[in-house]
Amino acid sequence: MTTGTSRIRRRSALFAVAGVLAARGALATPDSAKEWLAGLAKGTPKDGKVTLKAPEIAENGNAVPLTVAVESEMSEKSYVKALYIAADGNPNPPVAIYEFTPMSGKAEVSMRVRLAQTQKLIAVAEMNDGTLYAASREVKVTIGGCGG
Amino acid sequence: MSDDIKPRLRVPATAKKGEVIEVKTLITHPMENGQRKDADGKLVPRLIVNSLAVTYNDKPVLGVTLEPAIAANPYLAFFVKVEESGTLRFKWTDDNMQSWTAESKVEVS
Repeated sequence: MTTGTSRIRRRSALFAVAGVLAARGALATPDSAKEWLAGLAKGTPKDGKVTLKAPEIAENGNAVPLTVAVESEMSEKSYVKALYIAADGNPNPPVAIYEFTPMSGKAEVSMRVRLAQTQKLIAVAEMNDGTLYAASREVKVTIGGCGG
Repeated sequence: MSDDIKPRLRVPATAKKGEVIEVKTLITHPMENGQRKDADGKLVPRLIVNSLAVTYNDKPVLGVTLEPAIAANPYLAFFVKVEESGTLRFKWTDDNMQSWTAESKVEVS
């Protein structure tokens, strides 16, 4: 009796789902996080020196504690100039940029971040001589934290 | 609303010369990320605190650029090396170029 309309309805529902998926795909790409980082830190980062501390599983994506530390003596000769932090599964991948001076004493920072879904946090440190170091860490998110 | 926005600091009052002290800051701010919809389904425009600048005796210590991925009431903790007594100054700025400042004295012995 209502098969026709229900089919149409079902189809439009499918389209709606597909549309949402496509929009999500367009928003959250690990590549856009990489692009943002590459635009800031020119060169190929090495492994090491950078540590990310975050919970393995975050029940609430609205405020996930994150600490990023970079090994450095933080002297006039050798210090961390900048630290770029990205989240590769958020609608907007940038999280924060820190610009240090030797007066920072220690390149270790803590913050609370919003994570829309399970994803990887990436940190790239730029030393004063231009060397780059990077590290990443996956955080599983139970309830996403990006409004909606 | 902006009257509710208040910075809070936790900074040690005393330190030894050359000590690296931990500084904890928080500013009560909704950090509207521009993705959220209101009750009528309209997008709430982005309004976040986008920067924090920290100086010690007017010399730059740290600059932070905050993005919408920073949680509401941004809490930021970091370190400062103190060689002499002085004043740590903090300045937060939001997307409307409104700013809030706070300061804390450190006695170095």
